[in-house]
Amino acid sequence: MSAKSDITLTINGRAHAIHVEPRRTLADAIREDCGQTGTHIGCEHGICGACTVIVDGEPVRSCLMFAVQAAGKKIRTVEGLANGDTLHPMQQAFMDHHGLQCGFCTPGFLMLAVGVLECEPDISDDGLLDVLSSNLCRCTGYQNIIKAVRAAAKAMRKK
Amino acid sequence: MTAPAKFVGRSVPRLEDRPLLLGKGRFAADISFPGQLHMRVVRSNIAHGKIRSIDTSAALKLPGVHAVWTAADVAHIPPIPFRLTGLKTLEPYRQPVLAREVVRYVGEPVAVIFAEDAYLAEDAADLIEIDIQQGRATMLATEKPGAYEHDRSTEAGVLQKAYGDVDAAFKNAHSVVSLELSIGRHSGVPMETRGAIARYDEKRDILEMHGAAKVPHWNRDTLSQMLGLKRESVQLFEGHVGGGFGIRGEIYPEDVLVCAAALKFCRPIKWIEDRREHLIAANHSREQQHKIRAAIDKDGQILAIDDELFHDNGAYMRTHAATVPDLTAAMLPGPYRIPAYRATGHIRLTNKTPCGTYRAPGRYESSFVRERLLDAIAAKVGVDNVEIRRRNLIGKGAMPYALGLDTLGTKIIYDSGDYTALLDKALALADWKTLQANLEKRRAAGEKVGCGVAMFVEKSGLGPFDTVKIGLKSDGSIEVITGVASLGQGVETAVAQICADALGVNYSNIKVIHGQTDRIDKGMGAFASRVTVMCGEATRLAAVKLRAELLEVAAELMQSNADVLDIVDEQIVRRDRSSGPSMPLAELARARPGGLSAEATFESAHMVYPYGVHIAAVRVDADTGGVTVERYVIAYDVGKAVNPRLVEGQIAGGLAQGIGGALFEEFLYDEGGEPLSVTFADYLMPTAHEIPELSILVTEDAPSPLNPLGLKGAGEGGANPVGAAIASAIDDALGCPGAVTRLPMSPQRLKAIMNQGARDGRS
Repeated sequence: MSAKSDITLTINGRAHAIHVEPRRTLADAIREDCGQTGTHIGCEHGICGACTVIVDGEPVRSCLMFAVQAAGKKIRTVEGLANGDTLHPMQQAFMDHHGLQCGFCTPGFLMLAVGVLECEPDISDDGLLDVLSSNLCRCTGYQNIIKAVRAAAKAMRKK
Repeated sequence: MTAPAKFVGRSVPRLEDRPLLLGKGRFAADISFPGQLHMRVVRSNIAHGKIRSIDTSAALKLPGVHAVWTAADVAHIPPIPFRLTGLKTLEPYRQPVLAREVVRYVGEPVAVIFAEDAYLAEDAADLIEIDIQQGRATMLATEKPGAYEHDRSTEAGVLQKAYGDVDAAFKNAHSVVSLELSIGRHSGVPMETRGAIARYDEKRDILEMHGAAKVPHWNRDTLSQMLGLKRESVQLFEGHVGGGFGIRGEIYPEDVLVCAAALKFCRPIKWIEDRREHLIAANHSREQQHKIRAAIDKDGQILAIDDELFHDNGAYMRTHAATVPDLTAAMLPGPYRIPAYRATGHIRLTNKTPCGTYRAPGRYESSFVRERLLDAIAAKVGVDNVEIRRRNLIGKGAMPYALGLDTLGTKIIYDSGDYTALLDKALALADWKTLQANLEKRRAAGEKVGCGVAMFVEKSGLGPFDTVKIGLKSDGSIEVITGVASLGQGVETAVAQICADALGVNYSNIKVIHGQTDRIDKGMGAFASRVTVMCGEATRLAAVKLRAELLEVAAELMQSNADVLDIVDEQIVRRDRSSGPSMPLAELARARPGGLSAEATFESAHMVYPYGVHIAAVRVDADTGGVTVERYVIAYDVGKAVNPRLVEGQIAGGLAQGIGGALFEEFLYDEGGEPLSVTFADYLMPTAHEIPELSILVTEDAPSPLNPLGLKGAGEGGANPVGAAIASAIDDALGCPGAVTRLPMSPQRLKAIMNQGARDGRS
């Protein structure tokens, strides 16, 4: 344990001034210190991807990053996806295609897919499958997640 | 009378989705209370041994550490009782909430830390020194039983299920087919780890536990008994639950500890499990070995089956007691006519994580065993795997079919089914002949590809009852309150659909409250694919009652007769006129504030039995032994699908878990009892890459005669025979019937089979 430091996390455009130990993970800081509990923690060793958020445009595992490393960067979480009452095309596609059951892994999949499609809107179907295989879901058997993300990719390209 | 179905049978969007998609879910870890302490469990890192001493002094000196408990602090708390199938002989093997004198598995709770912060609690846990005199670890349930403690054996019990004259059948058989088969240790492993948050309000004398799941009412009763509280003083609250699969929501030591600590310290106590803990401490499942024999006639018709099974339950008997071996033995006969049957189940304790149920408990195991046996019989008499099943299936005319066995306190009576018809439909969907011809061609070109088929009967809709209360709220919306629980399967939507049709309102105006013990006094929870059947019918009954009541009151207010009134789209209208006065439900609610509600109970002494067919096509990599599932077909008859898309979702999810257990997932240990599968890098769950193209056919050919909608449960048929179907397909790919005798069929094991085959002169 060592001394806490003052940092500012910018989450979905809002600044959160927090006081954290150097060892505090970004996931814990987002959830516990900034109160944004939509980001979930599934394994804390970087495999399940439930804690995926977008940091400076890239999807990252927030359990593998320290909060202090994210200071000054732009962080986006699931809470920032919808536009008022209107769901983001990715959220809408998950609903339309029954891409979620218990919903625990869903924020991670949403942020992973949105992050990748924003960088690479024309990613191939195979490429997308590779990307999606980096997160774990235990309920859906993945097929509906894949369908949802493909549909959302189309919708996002049209925008 | 009720309105025609507008919602039941339609794939309407889920009511559950929006908050989950917006990140507004309330999972266990999302719940915090001011002033809470964080609990951290210190676990044994020795598989078996005597506790010589526990030194907590260094931990207690750490600023922010509030207390440390060991067994002495919870000596007043009894071991965790059984919820199901609680044989008396198993009771001495129940788990204490903290290890008393002996530790029995790596991961067993030995002490708990209470601290101001979760990181700090973990620091403190590192400072606890436990001195254990290591003993011998029992790692195999098949070895000769030894001493558990004192004069108690590691064989906790032996169960037997039998009917007919098995010995005579074997004496008179044309031939006998014998197999030894085993299923690996794996489990549900939900994406959300376990968690529990308790707080005690002294003023109201109410202990609350949040993070409850699956069976909140049973857990309320049990926690109150264990802690010596009035039943009325304990309330459980279910939030969102990140997957259940049988293992989540049972009472574990940690649930009891947070409650006991909240009482003792009068501060909220929060415990959130980490993934390593989950993989060594939450229920494991499935590990069994079977020695099975079939007596057959010259055509391969089964005359008798005799099975001896060894069930590895790990270090203690937890809440499920004998449930898994009992279901294994009771459901093993499946869809076939078996004139004489005997299963002997040895319930054995080892020094591994204790076990419980996992989706299709006992059936994933017994379907693997039974279907392997059918394939072996086919090979023995020289017919194909489909033909052998046709020859043995129970005919439609035999329904309802009393199996002559019981389980979960019910007699097994297959309520309805046309197994042969479903087999035909599945084969047609798979285009079986073309599929086989294509695979044959590819095999001729040197590929190792093959296909397999497996059949099964599931059970669902376990009673004995479910009660539902439905009320009209002041804004005209409807509230359904039930004692079932949601684990992500879509309970709210399915129940709302049933209620909507019976009442005459839109399903999206119905709020379904579940898992809250303060809202309804009784409840059975969510397990055994029981919710849609039991709660669904209770909901329908209550909605019919409420509808009659609403029409009575409306008739008074509208100076009309209830007989000519109807509820259509949240309006009371006259059925005898196309126009004329109508009254919104909200107005009715205002006229009788809080007074319009109905309650109904559905009782059922018997389960209902869906059935299905799985067909798998696989490719085996000759170099690595890796298996790719290329295609998968599932036909499943659920009697009546309330929401077909949700049923398909259940099937697809079950398949993925089934594939995990068939090819990838296994809790491995070294010979000293050290667990080797403690991260997601060692315990391999399928990703999007491993799941094949899937065709699902949901049929409604055999509605259940035991409830008016004809419902059967749909939660477990996706997982049930996956190990069996994939094993059969691998055999076919290798051209070696009976090659697969154990699950999971890992690349190493398959490579060994292929190497052995090469030495034996097979291709």
